[in-house]
Amino acid sequence: MSMKASTRQVDGVTIVDLSGRITLGEGSVVLRDTIKDLLSKGQKKILLNLGDVSYIDSSGIGELVSAFTSVRNQGGELKLLHLTKKVHDLLQITKLYTVFDVKDDEAGAIAAFSH
Amino acid sequence: MESTLDSVNKAEEMADQMAAQAGIDEDTRSGVAMAVREGMINAILHGNAYDPTKRVNLSFEQNGRELIVTISDEGHGFIPDEIPDPLAPENLLKTSGRGIFLMRAFMDEVRFRKLEPGTEITLIKRLPEH
Repeated sequence: MSMKASTRQVDGVTIVDLSGRITLGEGSVVLRDTIKDLLSKGQKKILLNLGDVSYIDSSGIGELVSAFTSVRNQGGELKLLHLTKKVHDLLQITKLYTVFDVKDDEAGAIAAFSH
Repeated sequence: MESTLDSVNKAEEMADQMAAQAGIDEDTRSGVAMAVREGMINAILHGNAYDPTKRVNLSFEQNGRELIVTISDEGHGFIPDEIPDPLAPENLLKTSGRGIFLMRAFMDEVRFRKLEPGTEITLIKRLPEH
């Protein structure tokens, strides 16, 4: 299943709804290009909704990390929403779960951004 | 197999099927498939550098006690002990370097053997007792 990304704005936060697999190749590239595009438009409060992301490999994890540092380096914030069990477990074992700000409800996630 | 992304995806599917045939449960199977995927990525991306003239060999063996997956490439080789620990604080925000860690996380044994040229990785998963 190829990766799809769509964006929407809620209260000054850009929510990126991702679906599919974030893996080496197309999936990773879609995420990378989406983040780059948002940052180029000055959209620095980014919430990645991973509720429909069924699978992520080490390259996908790398892209999440890259997105996090890119947004942070530009003075922005990136948070994660609705991790599936698989993605949650992977971020736990790679000790990245506490690096990212992970939320399980959208309204709470949006409120958590600096306003 | 060719040194392409398509081979990575095919190997992952094969691993899932082989693990299912071996009686491994779904959760564990997804870990085995991931480990094989990571092994193939290492072989194709880091070992063979997507060189179309270099091949990856993939084999599966099931002996009733273990599922054994062997992946070899024709690259320059590497020293596993020199791969930085991705869990070390100074490495956590690196964008790569987690492949071997993930293989070790989901398999019971991971062995490396230097070839001339290349590297052979053996991934072993002990099977459930019936």
